[in-house]
Parts: sequence; C-alpha cells; structure tokens
Amino acid sequence: MPDASIAVNHPASLAHQFDDPAQQRDAATLGMWVFLVTEILFFGGLFLTYLVYRNAYPQAFAAGSHEMLVWAGTVNTCVLITSSLTMALAVHAAQTGNRALLLRLLVVTMLLGCAFLGIKAFEYYTEYIEHHVPGAGFEFDPRYFAQAQLFFSLYFVMTGLHALHMIIGLGIMSVMLWLSYRGVITPEYHNPIEVSGLYWHFVDIVWIFLYPLLYLIGRHVQ
Amino acid sequence: MSEHIVPTRIYYTIFLVLIACTLLTWRVAYIDLGPMNTVAALAIAVFKATIVVLFFMHVKYSARLTWAVVLGGLFWFGIMIVLTMGDYLTRTWRTF
Amino acid sequence: MSSTVLAPPRHYLNDGFGVKSWLLTRDHKRIALLYLATITFFFFIGGAFAVMIRLDLATPAGDLVSDDTYNKLFTMHGIVMVFFFLIPSIPATLGNFFVPLMIGAKDLAFPKLNLASWYIYVLGGLFTLYALVSGGVDTGWTFYVPFSTVASTTKVVPAALGIFITGFSSILTGLNFIVTIHRMRAPGMTWFRMPLFLWSMYATSLIFVLGTPVIAITLLLIAAERLFHFGFFDPALGGDPVLMQHLFWFYSHPAVYIMVLPAMGVVSEIVAAFCRKPVFGYSFVAFASLAIAVLGFLVWGHHMFVAGESVYAAMIFSILSFMVAIPSAVKVFNWTATMYKGSIAWDTPMLYAIGFIGLFTIGGLTGLFVASIGIDVHVTDTYFVVAHFHYIMVGGAIMGYMGGLHYWWPKISGRLYNEFLAKIAAGIIFLGFNLTFFPQFVLGYLGMPRRYHAYPPEFQVLNVLSSAGASILGVGYLIPLAYLLWSLRYGKLATANPWGAVGLEWTTTSPPPTENFAETPIVTWDAYDYRAPVEGNVA
Repeated sequence: MPDASIAVNHPASLAHQFDDPAQQRDAATLGMWVFLVTEILFFGGLFLTYLVYRNAYPQAFAAGSHEMLVWAGTVNTCVLITSSLTMALAVHAAQTGNRALLLRLLVVTMLLGCAFLGIKAFEYYTEYIEHHVPGAGFEFDPRYFAQAQLFFSLYFVMTGLHALHMIIGLGIMSVMLWLSYRGVITPEYHNPIEVSGLYWHFVDIVWIFLYPLLYLIGRHVQ
Repeated sequence: MSEHIVPTRIYYTIFLVLIACTLLTWRVAYIDLGPMNTVAALAIAVFKATIVVLFFMHVKYSARLTWAVVLGGLFWFGIMIVLTMGDYLTRTWRTF
Repeated sequence: MSSTVLAPPRHYLNDGFGVKSWLLTRDHKRIALLYLATITFFFFIGGAFAVMIRLDLATPAGDLVSDDTYNKLFTMHGIVMVFFFLIPSIPATLGNFFVPLMIGAKDLAFPKLNLASWYIYVLGGLFTLYALVSGGVDTGWTFYVPFSTVASTTKVVPAALGIFITGFSSILTGLNFIVTIHRMRAPGMTWFRMPLFLWSMYATSLIFVLGTPVIAITLLLIAAERLFHFGFFDPALGGDPVLMQHLFWFYSHPAVYIMVLPAMGVVSEIVAAFCRKPVFGYSFVAFASLAIAVLGFLVWGHHMFVAGESVYAAMIFSILSFMVAIPSAVKVFNWTATMYKGSIAWDTPMLYAIGFIGLFTIGGLTGLFVASIGIDVHVTDTYFVVAHFHYIMVGGAIMGYMGGLHYWWPKISGRLYNEFLAKIAAGIIFLGFNLTFFPQFVLGYLGMPRRYHAYPPEFQVLNVLSSAGASILGVGYLIPLAYLLWSLRYGKLATANPWGAVGLEWTTTSPPPTENFAETPIVTWDAYDYRAPVEGNVA
C-alpha cells in the first residue's frame, strides 16, 4: 500500500527523515541554535574565570590590559562587524536567488575573516617579542608579575579559542562557497547559508565582549 | 513556517549602529567614570550583541522556541556566574 | 496484524551486510548497536579496575599493588565508568534506538551527526585507552588541581583530551534528541502523549547541552596549565584551585543526573508495561524529569563543602540539594502508586525496575545525609560517599540500563533471551551489589577514608564482605553477556509485542524495518492506554 506520508514532491535536497522542506529548515536552525548554546557555556567558563580574577586583581588586570594594542583590537572589532554585515547580506542573496552576489559576499566575508586573523597574528607576535607570554620567559612590572600572568593566560586562551572558531568558520564558509558555486543553494534550499551565518555571527558576538574586557580595562587611568 | 526576508537597509542600519557603538566604547574608555567605565563598556557590548542576535541572526523574526533557546542559554550562563560569584563575594564575610 | 509475525523478511539487521554497511550507516538503530558494543567493552574495562581495587582492599596492608598504582586504579575506574560507560549508556544505546521509534519518526533529525557522534566517542576512547596503557592517570576522575596540573607525572593530558573529545559525542547526541523531539513527533503525538522515556531523554539532553561544554573548557584549562604553564589555578600566581572545582562540578553534578534520568525513564516504561497500567501521575513524572534537570544545575557546591568555599555559599547549595531530592521522590511515589492494584508480571525487566526503585531510594536518601553540611564534614571523602553514589550509579542507573536492555531486547534483536537465566542473573546482581556496597556505608560512618590503598586492620571484615560481594557482582554481569549474545543466534524468535505493552515501538516488527514504520503512525491515544485490548493499539 503506498505510503501517503512519503510526499510525491520530495526534492533531492530533502533528507529522507523529514516530511517537507519547512520541517528540515526548522530542524537545522533549531539544531544550530542548540549548538550555539553549548558555545555560550563553553566560552562562559572562560568569562567566569576572567570575572573571578579581574574582581580579585583589578590593578594587575588593568596593567596587563594597558599592554594591549588598542588600535588592533578596535580595527579587528570593526572588521568582524563588517564581516557580519556581509554574511547577513549573503543570506539575503541566497534567499533571493542572487548566486553571483552570494558568491562575492561569501568571498568578502572570508577575506575579512582572514584580515582579522592576520591582525591577531601580528598582535601575538608583538606579545611574544615583548615577553608577555606566560611561563618561563615572562617579563612584567614586578608589582604585578604574578597576577598579570593570569591576565595574559586568559588573554591567550580566550582569543586563541576565538581565533580557532574563526578558522573553523572559514572552513565552513569554504564549504558554503563550494555549495553556492555548484548551484546547490537555491531560494528553496538556502538553509546551509543561514545556519552558517548564525555560527559566524556568534563568533562575532564573542569578540564584541572580548574587545572591551581585554583591551579597555582602566584606560582612563593611563 | 513561512520565512521572513529581512530588507537589506535594516542590515546596513544595524551595521552603522554597531560601528558607532564600537567607536563609542573606545572613546568612553578614556574618560574617567570610575566604576561606571566597566558598566558602560558592558552595557554597550550587551546592546551590540542584542542587535546582532535580533537582526543579523533573525531572532526577532523567529519562532518562540528560538527565543526560548537563546534566553535559556543566557540564563544558564547566568546561573554559573551568580552561584560561583556568590562563593567568592561572601568568602570574607564574618564566619562563625 | 504484525503481532504474530515472526522474523520479518526485511529488517534493519539484514538491510545490507558487511563492515561498510555498519561503519557508514545512517540508521539510528545500527548506530545504537555500534554504541552498545563499545560501551560494553568499556564497562568490562572499568569493571576490571574495580576487581583490582577490591582485591587490594581485601587485606589491610595494601600489599597487592603500590600506593601509586592504586591511585591509578581508582582513577581509571572512575574515568572509564563515568565518561565512557554510564554517561553514554542509556542515551546512546536505548535512546538512539528508541527515540525515533517512540516518536513515530523514520530517524533522528541529523543521522549523519549521529554517526559522527559515535566516531567521536571512539576517538576519545582511544585517547583514554592510550593514557591507560602508557602508564595511567593517578589524579582521581575529578582531576583536582594543583596535583593534576603541577605534581602528577602521569598521562593527565591524553586522558583529559580523551574526555574532552568524547564530550562532543554527548553534545551531539543531546542536540539530536532535542531537535527530534521538538520537530519530528508523529501526527497526533502531543507532548503529553509522549512516553515518559522521551521526557527523560529530553531532560537528559538539556543537561548534555548545557553542562558538557563547561567540563570541556575545564579540561582545556587544565591541559593548558600543564602544557604551557598558563597558571589559571596556580596559587603562586594568585590562581584559585577551588575555581577549578567550581567549573568541574558545574558539569559533573548534573552529569549524575545524565546518568540516572534515562534509567528513570526506562523504569517508567517497564513499570507501566509490567503492571499493565498507565504510570500514576503522568504529568507529575514528566515535570519531575524537567525539574531534576534544572535543579540539578543549582547544587554543585555540595561537592565543595570542605574545599574552601564560603560557608554562606555552602548553605545555599545545601538547601538547594535538599530541594532536588523532591522530584526524584515524586517519581518513586508515583511508580509505587502505579504498582498498586496493577496486574504485575514478575519478568526480568520488572525485577530490575523494582531493584532500581529500592536501591535508588537508599542512594537518594543517603544523598540527603551528605547534603547536610553538619553530617558531610564527617563523612566526606569516606566510604559513606562511595557507597552513596554507587547505590545510585550501580543500584540505580545500571539496573535501569539492564532492565531496559532486557525489556527491549526482543525489539532490538528479534529474539527472546532465556528468562530463567536472566532471573538468576538479576538475583545474583542484586545480592552481589548489596554485599559490595552496604558494608561501605558502615565503613564510611566508622571513618575509613576513600582513595586509600591500605587501612587499619579493624576495618578488614567489612572490606572482605565488600570484596566478596564484588566478585559475585562481577559474575552476575557476565551471565547476561553470555545469554544475550547466545540469544542472537539461538534465541526464540520474538513477535512484534511479546510483552503486550503499549507504545509505538511495539507496533512495528521485531526487529523493525530500516525506516521504522511501514506507514507513518497517527497517534490518537495516550501514552499508556491499557484500557483497550493490546495488540499494538494501532488506531
């Protein structure tokens, strides 16, 4: 007996466990949001650690923060915000079936991501040659020598983990670029772009918090 | 669920607001507001994150379940912060 | 109609043969069996460590193994049992198999992610096995700092990495279940028509998703401190070791609810089926599952009463810990009320379910003892605590798992297991378990500390009883391994619904076809509708 639940109109982009494209889209979006919640808790542990130690050692954290390159952090914040714009516009292009624009916007988003990583790499290099990497070669104002290492440990792990997520984001965008290039993305099936966009914006949001918390502590007391 | 296509002018507007807020954060950091510096910086960051979530991530146009997931995640992060800081902030209270 | 069919010609087990059809499967049922094989492997590894521990503790002098080796034994026992057996056990096997079936779906929301989660689990397991065979870890499964970051010379980083990686497996499983339950219920399957096992799996999935990332970051920070000397928890730099405990227990307390909630879900299913009655107070049990998941996140400080947290925080955590016992008690009362005037069948699944109810109650009540700060300062880090959590984890969770395995074995394999042998094994397990762990309550009360490889001679009698019990328990677990495997080839063929139970999983063949149902079911009845004559209860 023919199964009425297997719709006659079953496009190739519809996975077998779903009844219709709307269910598939809702499931994918919900799935990505649940994953982003895990990321909130993941970075959250780091923010908690930051909060505990900054609360305990405000001057050491301010001293550490003064060594940050504010221009690099500010420029990087603007770079990421711009990449979020281009990502949102890319989703729009996918929704409206504008394949050429979609491809261009994905490329721009990725270039901005690479720019971010480039500036970050430069910052890491600067911190390395200034002996601000915690551990054996660390050098700092003796008043804050111990606790500034906590600041820098947090700085490297928080921005390092963030950068790792950026790199993964670039990987995801490459896949999106490939899917768009091959014409898999259509107004009826643009969900991968939307869902990748959610991930990208989340990585931007983490940076939106990292910027003031790491770069701008006690700047009014120069 | 029908899909809502957000007009691009909204994206451009949000982008400009985000850039403006970033520059504001930067400038305000150099003005002495005492303890309010941190409050201001975080408040602006929260505002920026909120508009990214609502508009770039389409939560404003999403199902209630999406709202519940986002708010739930933030609430759980809040639990971790509040109960842990509850320990740290009361350690030096009078013990008996 | 399907109720009398034996050995359906097409089902998920004969739908494709060969290694590739298993290792590249997207079928949630096959993935469940992949998990079943690997967690069983880890169970016996963890069990081997337990045997060594109990052998050493049979004599007071600690002469079987050195103190360093003993530290490794209890550490690896804990790590393997907690992270590689208990946490995945019911969700990854019974959950993966039955969530789509009970919900009336063809598969989970993300089948490829489901397969990926198994590979991730195996990868994490390999890292940990490497740590095991290349010298072991001796920090305790709790990885407390600064010992794990500064002083331990053992394979902390590989073990921590193994757990970190396996955590992603948990997260993906939980994510899959949440999306499936929200978005893929069959027509007519409202939330309050779902079997209680699904409510338990949903609550468990919330914990997977909200808690696991925090232990992930904790282990990462420990690894960073150990590898790069980033001193997050180093007191010499102003770091606080207790902060690590906050981060660790934020996950690891809810983790114990990951371990027990699915077993509670299984018990609900078994009690309903074997009393032929709806579970008493269905919505209370459903909400209790959610309450346990939520409240379980608010109590982690009760592991740190003597660690140095503020006494005010300790009091808050203590009162919240008393509160989290309430929804569990509600469930125990409701299961008991379900049995009242029920038509009880004493088959093996029911024996395990009743075992769960009794032993979990003892474990839970003793939890209240340790939740009370005044008592805890005396019994913390003694065998009282060890007995408490083993009553819940083994007397509770593992019994629930065994019950579920037996209850659903005919559906999974298409075969019936040997009921006589099964009852014997259940009895041996119950006896062995109590002989192992009840003396430990007394030992703890008398002051014997945990994690010690030697002890004062006056504790020997109780220790010998405990070790004797452990050997009986070990035999008890080997028997089901034997007859379940035997039944795969030689067991009697099972019908679609050998227990006469109500539930969508019983309306399809044993074993089910790959797509689960010949037609998408349309649900118009409540979860445990035993009023109508049961032959599948298809509308």
